[in-house]
Parts: sequence; C-alpha cells; structure tokens
Amino acid sequence: MNKPLFYRLDWVVILCYLSLVFFGLINIFSSTYNTNKSQIVDLQINQNYNDRNLLPNEFSNEIDESIDKQINTQKVIQKNKEVNKQHNEIISFKQLIDINSLSGKHFIVFIVSIVFGFFILFIRTQFFQQLSYLIYFISILCLIGLFFFGISINSATSWYIINGISIQPSELAKIGAVFALSRHLSDFNTDLKKIGSLIKGIILILVPSVLIILQPDPGSAIIFGALFLIFFREGLSFRYLIISIFGIILFISTLLFSFNYIIISIACITLIIIFFVKKSYKKIKVSTFFIYMISSIIFVLSVNFIFNSIFEQRHRDRFNVILGIVEDTKGLGYNINQSKIAIGSGGLIGKGFLEGTQTKGNFVPEQQTDYIFSTVGEEWGFIGSFGLIIVFLILITRMLNQAEKQSNIYRRNFIYGISSLILSHFTINIGMSLGLVPTIGIPLPFISSGGSNLLAFSLMIFIYLNFDANRLNHW
Amino acid sequence: MIRKYFLQIFTFIIVFTFTIRLIQLQLINSDYKFLSENNAILESPIFPERGFIYDRNNKILVANQPGYDLMVIPENTNKFDSIELGKLLNLSKNQLNLRLSKAKKFSNKIPSIILSEISTEEHAFIQEKLWNYKGFYLQRKSIRKYFHDIGANFLGYISEVNENDINKDPYYQPGELIGRQGIEKYYEDILRGKKGVNFFQKDRFNSVIGSFQDGIHDIMPKKATHITLTIDLELQKYGESLFKNKKGGIVAIEPETGEILALVSAPSYNPNILVGRERSNNYKKLAGDTISKPLFDRGLQAQYSPGSPFKVLNALIGLQEGVINQNTEYSCNGGHFYAKGAFMECHCKIGTKNNLISAIYQSCNTYFANTYKKIINSKTSSSKGVDSWKNHLSSFGLGAYLGYDLPIGKPGFIPDSKYYNKWYKKDGWKAPTIISNSIGQGEVLTTPIQMANFTAAIANRGYFITPHFIKSTNDNKNIKVFKKNYTSIDSIHFKPVIEGMEKVVKNGTARIAKINGINICGKTGTVENFIKLNGKKTQLTDHSMFIAFAPKDNPKIALAVFVENGYWGSRWAAPIASLMIEKYLNNNVKRKWLENRMLNGSLESEYSKYFSGKSFKINE
Repeated sequence: MNKPLFYRLDWVVILCYLSLVFFGLINIFSSTYNTNKSQIVDLQINQNYNDRNLLPNEFSNEIDESIDKQINTQKVIQKNKEVNKQHNEIISFKQLIDINSLSGKHFIVFIVSIVFGFFILFIRTQFFQQLSYLIYFISILCLIGLFFFGISINSATSWYIINGISIQPSELAKIGAVFALSRHLSDFNTDLKKIGSLIKGIILILVPSVLIILQPDPGSAIIFGALFLIFFREGLSFRYLIISIFGIILFISTLLFSFNYIIISIACITLIIIFFVKKSYKKIKVSTFFIYMISSIIFVLSVNFIFNSIFEQRHRDRFNVILGIVEDTKGLGYNINQSKIAIGSGGLIGKGFLEGTQTKGNFVPEQQTDYIFSTVGEEWGFIGSFGLIIVFLILITRMLNQAEKQSNIYRRNFIYGISSLILSHFTINIGMSLGLVPTIGIPLPFISSGGSNLLAFSLMIFIYLNFDANRLNHW
Repeated sequence: MIRKYFLQIFTFIIVFTFTIRLIQLQLINSDYKFLSENNAILESPIFPERGFIYDRNNKILVANQPGYDLMVIPENTNKFDSIELGKLLNLSKNQLNLRLSKAKKFSNKIPSIILSEISTEEHAFIQEKLWNYKGFYLQRKSIRKYFHDIGANFLGYISEVNENDINKDPYYQPGELIGRQGIEKYYEDILRGKKGVNFFQKDRFNSVIGSFQDGIHDIMPKKATHITLTIDLELQKYGESLFKNKKGGIVAIEPETGEILALVSAPSYNPNILVGRERSNNYKKLAGDTISKPLFDRGLQAQYSPGSPFKVLNALIGLQEGVINQNTEYSCNGGHFYAKGAFMECHCKIGTKNNLISAIYQSCNTYFANTYKKIINSKTSSSKGVDSWKNHLSSFGLGAYLGYDLPIGKPGFIPDSKYYNKWYKKDGWKAPTIISNSIGQGEVLTTPIQMANFTAAIANRGYFITPHFIKSTNDNKNIKVFKKNYTSIDSIHFKPVIEGMEKVVKNGTARIAKINGINICGKTGTVENFIKLNGKKTQLTDHSMFIAFAPKDNPKIALAVFVENGYWGSRWAAPIASLMIEKYLNNNVKRKWLENRMLNGSLESEYSKYFSGKSFKINE
C-alpha cells in the first residue's frame, strides 16, 4: 500500500472507459452529421446540366457550342466532387468537439467528469460510507423536486434546466441507490434471510423507481431492478432469481402460445419431475412440487390479465413486435426494423465513418441516444460492433473480478451495483437495437449522447477506481 | 463459489447471444444490404442528349427541343375544378377524369403522366395557372425537332417505350423514349447514347439530402452519336415536291459508293406531326389511311413487276450465257407467236429487224422473248435454265433482302424451278410457259430500291455496294462497312447494254428526259397492274417507271422512279428522273416548263376514280 495512487489505478478499466467515450464521440458526431452546403450546390449544378440537355438548338453551330458547354459542366461537376471529397476528409478533431454539436457536449461532459473524478480518487471510502444515505436522500429529493420544478421533454418530466444546462436527476439517483444499497447490505445487522432486511433493501430500490415511473420514464425505472443482483451476491437465495427467470419465460411463452398448451405442459413436466425425483430421493415432499405447479398455472392464467390490463397499449405493441406477433415494419416495428437494416447492412467491415446511408438519412429515430448501436453497426460493421461488445465484456468482468478481491464488503457491493447497472443498460440497449428486446428507451453507457448519463457513469467509474486502488485498505 | 461468478457468467451469456445475433445480421443475412440501399439511395438517371441527324452536306435534319409532361401525384392533389383544369389542358372533363383515375389506380404516390409532350408555347400558358392545382407539376424532357418537312419515311420518330420494349431490353425504364421506325429505330443504340446514373442519399422522408458518397458511384452518361446521312437534303426536298399529288417514289443512289441520295415515298407526312401531345392521334390517323397509306414506304416496301427495265437484265444474262451477242437480230411483226397460237404483242412495226441496241431503245418485246427462251433452253433442262437465270439476278440483289440500314423492307421475288414445278407439275412447263418474265411482267417482283440498285450495278459495269443511309458519325465509330458485291456478268457485256440505254434517252422511248450536256442512260417501263376491287381482280392504269443513271461515263447518280398508275414511263417517271438528275448534277433546273408540268401535274383524279364506285376506263 506504499505505492503511489497512480500505480494502484486499474488501467484496464481506464483504457476501456477512454476508448468507449472516444468511440461514443465519433458515433454521436456521425449520427448527427448533416450533409454540408457544397453538396446541395452539387445538386443544383446537376440540375442545370440536365436542363442543358434540353436546350433547343436552332442552328448547327449553336449545337456544337452546347456540346462544348455540356463537357464543361461535366468538368465542373467532377471538380465539385473532388472539392467535396477534400471537404469530407478534413473533418478534424476540432469539428468533433465543436461546442454546438452533440459530440462537443459529450466531450465537455467527459472533461467535467475527469475533473470531478480526479478529486474523487482522493476521497476515503469511509467518507462515502458515512454519506451514503445522505446522497441517496438528496437524490430522492431531486426526484421529488421534479414534480415542482421539472421541465418536460417528450412528455416526461425528467429534467432540470439550470442556465441552459439540462440535468436528468434519475441518472444521478442511480448512484444514490447504489450507495444506499451498498451501505445497507454491508451493515452488521443486515441479514437477507430475515424478511425485515430484505424489505428494507427492496424499499431502497422501489422509492426512486416509483418516483421515476411517475415522471413517467418507465425505461429508466426498470434499470433499478438490476440492483437486485447485489442481493444475490450478498446471500439472497438463488431460488428467487430462478423463479424470476422462470416467470419471464412463462410470461413470454404464454404470449406466444395459447395458455392451454402452457398449462398442460406445466402439469406434464411437474409429473415427470415428481416421478423421477421420488424414485431417487424418497424424503422429498410431493406437495412442494404441486405448490410450484399450481402457482405457475395461476401465473400463466394471470398473464393475459397483466398484459391486457396493467400494460399500456404501447408496451403491448413493443412486446408484439419483438415476439413477431405483429409484423409491421412501417408503423410499430419501424424503429427496430430500420435499426436492424442499419446494422445488417454494415457487413463485416462497415460502410465507414460518415458513410452510413441509414445514419445519414436519419432512418433510425433517436439514433444518437437509444439507437446509437445501429450507427456503430452500420459504419463500423461486425468488426466495430463486436469490438464494442468485447470492450464492455472486459470492462464488466474486470470490475467484478476486482470486486472479489475487495477486503471491504461495502466497496464490493458498490462495484457489484455499478457493474449490474452497466450490464443492464448494455443488455437492454444493444438487445433492443438488435431486435432481441422490446423497445425500452435507455442509453448505452459512455456511447450514447446524454450528459447526465455520461456524468453518472463516469463518476461510477472513478469511484470504482478509488475503491479498487484501496481494495486492501480496511478503512 | 457460484455467488462470486454468477454475474460474470451472465455477462458472458449475453455477450455470446449478441455475437451470434451480430453474425446472423451482418455476416450471414445479405438482405439488409439491399434493404438499406432501397431505403436510402435514389438512382436518378441522367440522359445524354439524343444524337442529331445531318444530311450528306452537314445540314441539320433532326435535333432536339424541350417538351413538357404534365405529371400528377394523386396523393398530393386537393379538390379542384376538373372542368376548369380540363379547359386549361384542352381536355374534356371525362378525358381528364379517366386519366386521373388511371393514374390513381397505378399508384397514389408515384407520379403519372397526365398530358405528355406539351409544347413550349402551351407550357407557358399552363405553367401560369398550374399553381392552383396542388399535386400537378410540369416535367421537362427532350423531344425531337425536325427542321425540314421531309423524309418522314426514313427518319422515323421516337416515342415512349411500352411494356414490350421494357421486357425486350432492360435498359429502358417506363417513360423513356425509343426510336420507332427508320433511322431512329435502326440507329437507336448510338443515337440515344447511354444514360448515366446519379446516386443521391435520401432521408426517411424520401427527400434528397445530398449526393451519395460524394458521387463516387455516379456513372456519367455516354454521349450520343450524331449521325450524318447519305441523303442530300436539297435533292430529297425536290423529289418530294415533284411527287405532290402523285403516288409512288424515287430511289436515288450514288453508284460508286452505294450511298442513298434520296428516298422519296409519296404520299408522306410532316415528321413534326409525330412530335408532341398530338402524336398518338396523328399516328392513328396516318395508320388508318388505307387508301394513300402514308406510313407505307413505297421505295422500300412496295413490290411491283419491274416491267421493261427488266429487259436490260435479260439482255445482260443473254450476253453472259453467250446465247446472243451485240449483233444478234430478231425480226418483229408487231409481236410474235412464242408458242402455237400464243401471240405476244409488240409496238414495233411489221417487218422491223432489231439488233440488241435497237431492241433496248425500242423496248421490243419480241427480241427479249426470244432471248429469254434461249437463256432457259441453253441448259440441259428448263429447270436448270431458270435456276441459272435466277442466280444471275440474285447477284444483282434481286429476290432477297438487300441488307441496307433500315428496319423495313421486302425481298421481292424471282421464281426458280422449284416454284414452277410446284405450280405446273414437274416438267410440265417450258420457256414459253414463263415467257412473261422476259419483259418483266410474269412472276417477277422487285422493290424500287432493288431497281435503283441494279441500275447502279449497271452504271458501275458489274458491281454494286449495298445501298445505305449512314455516311459518317461524329465519333467515327459504329459505322458498318457496306461491301462491294460483284454481279455474275462480266464487265465487257455492259458496254452494248449501256449503249442501248443511252439511246433510250437520245432517240428512244424517253427522249423527253434528255438534258443538254449530260449523257443519261435509262430505260422506261409501263407496268401492268391489278388490284382487288370489290372482290374482283381489276386492271388499273399502268404504272409509269423509269430507271436511269448519269452521266454515262463515271456515273454520279443512279435512280429508279415509279409513278403509280401514271401510264407510260415517259409520261411521268422519265421526266421526274431527268429533273432529279439535272437538280443533282447541275444544282439548278433550267427546263422550267418540264419542272412546272411535273410540280403541278396531279393524278388525284386518276386515283379517285377507282374508289368512286363507278365503272372507269384505264390507260387514258
């Protein structure tokens, strides 16, 4: 522990972080890049050229002249194209971080994060641990404050605007929730086998998510569910995880097939399991299986009710599109279809920077945020998108690996929390762009445009760097 | 243990799933590439300007002018007063509504043509008021302009491609223009050039936002070729004016090169009426005129009996086969019995003795009947005789397509032994049976261009170059080389025949064609002809025919002239041919009296009497 901080930093994560932010910068620039003026001029010249073709030629010497003119216009077009080309080639770093562009804003937030992050590196863990609930409380207050001072964008009241800078507190609430949960789960008197501790943890997650649902921004709220993953690290029975996964499978298969078949297959599978298990382990009670069976059947029966009554129509549409129940590439399924076209047309090596036709044509809505991955897929191809996925894989598994080396449970919980958040964003965002997950509008960490999001995840990374650098310290 | 790794395992599973999906979308499935191009790339064709057509002296015949199509996108239209719009467009309300519903049926989103090829003058008028009508707009395009009211028969015209054309050649897209007939059709490939493509980047509203990848994929159009024809504008014009109120035509060829100097077919029409919005109406009118048949190119498609001009070919064959020589004489007594009880009339006086030369300029039937008999009988059988005779004629380009560069034509007909064996039973016929061939009447059929061509072959003393219309192109390529064809007649045999033809004009049947200072060689023809009138075979007034070349030495022009139902060859055809020669060689015509007679002479009354329903006299 005598080594200076610089040598204790996790440079693997730093490298992943920096490359993701820079790659994000490029892709935001590309997906918001508009055709420049000289190209419009090009079009007009072409028009003239076409018109020239039709000029009436009363006399033959005039005709020769017009042929010459045609040749000249062709030369002009050719020249113009060359100019355009040069114009495109000199897209510099300066343009990339132009303050008025989204990529420029991304860069500024990145700089701000580094400044904050630098200070964070020197803060002691105890300081965070002590302030965990306070941070959580402040973030909850910020969420409540939205109902009074918030600004609506796209019919969701999720933003504060201060001096022209918009801030999305739900992003910062994610850090607050991770802090509070880490603190709660690392307390001496917390025992997840006791219902009280469990309920307290659930409430810590539910409060911010309910407040966010009310904005309404259900996409961001769903992310908080990922924090339950910390519970399992801390000893919550995997039974719950298995039951939830089983529930999701049941839910989807009920939507896909008639529930009669589902109920019959549940019954059959239960009987088969009982038959074999009973043979080997005579002690096991048959009744438990029946309880599972009956509750599954009740769940299946209620799926249609949940789907039709609790879900809103747009949510139902999203499920219908992703499950292929509804085939509608023009309306409901437009976004996902265009995203798939963009990614699929990228091929192995992609169309190249600023060359994505889907991207240039704005065929994918919200491409700089929710569908940023389609730009990656189109312009950088399989190599680019696979590379991006691998960087995320390295980042997440590296953090989790390092977390296991922690001497302090609070810090380990925190790292688990932020890893779960990054993983869930990653899964939902890319899964959606690939047409595997129903539309849920959340950004891809470090890549998508969106200041609050980048700031929140950058701070998480810096806190991780702090915690990891001090992983052997007991304070 | 599992608690330490479950989340990492989770991450691996998700990354694995995504990778499989990426492989599926980006590496395996190739549909998306196509879909994205469909989505985002607009292919906009660039049409090169259609090539111009010049005459042999580089005078412009055909160029282009702007025309406008009135387009409609049904989806974008508002409610409008269709009577008002109809008035503006000169359409009835019903016509307009019919076209609109057709457009709607085709597509609500894609533009359809409501009115095509609106002239520049009309365009200005419509443009002024069109802003009232949303969803309608005028689209510019290039249409043909004909600078002279001549040559409609060989120039042809262009019009929009139909489904057939598109199926035949995928080059064409709906709405594009294609050459239809004549030079426009035959040289379509080089006249149209090759269209290029501009690729534009579209956005999701289908509007163009710039060129696609800075136009590196754009294809420049290949420039069209300008064509220079062998036609002499002034000669063609003059020929057409001479044929006012007459039916028939002129084919004039430069013998040395096979270049067609004029191809007149009368009656014809102004090529400009097949340009613009009235084209289809006008075309229907032309196609529906079954009496004067203006779309029928008489110079290329009409098959007539050649009549007396054919005698010179029989003379040449007789000389080549050695059955006659220059001094062979036959006596004629106003005709002769070519078989028992079968008499062929002739206008020679009783007791006339003709040698070859006088037989040609007197056009003696008896002489050539005898010659023909000898030709047929010179071989071991009549069959072999006829076949050898046919071979000689084939070498003059008769009885088959000539191979000139226009899409239409007729082969004519030269009978052979097979034909007669079928007709009369094998060996059931002899030379006298088919004696009419000797004077160009019988089964023989030729087109005027074939006659002009064999005249050119005689002028060349034994060869011809396949007649053609193309002289050169501005880019010096794409020119087919038209080959020299030798006839089966040795060149020494032409001398007496040409001498005979010279005397035809000097002191024979066509003295009226004489021009001071020019040695014309010619041969008149007066051709019997029949049509079916009210289901009955009816003889009409003879066709007036004349073939000629001039000057005798080093000939510059060879031509065939025929005037339908003009009676004597010397009455119409010979004077017209003579005026054409004078015009071409001397550039101006001094014999104004003859010119006026031809310009003002009309055969309309002759033609109209056949269809008047009353009985009529012929050969008046």
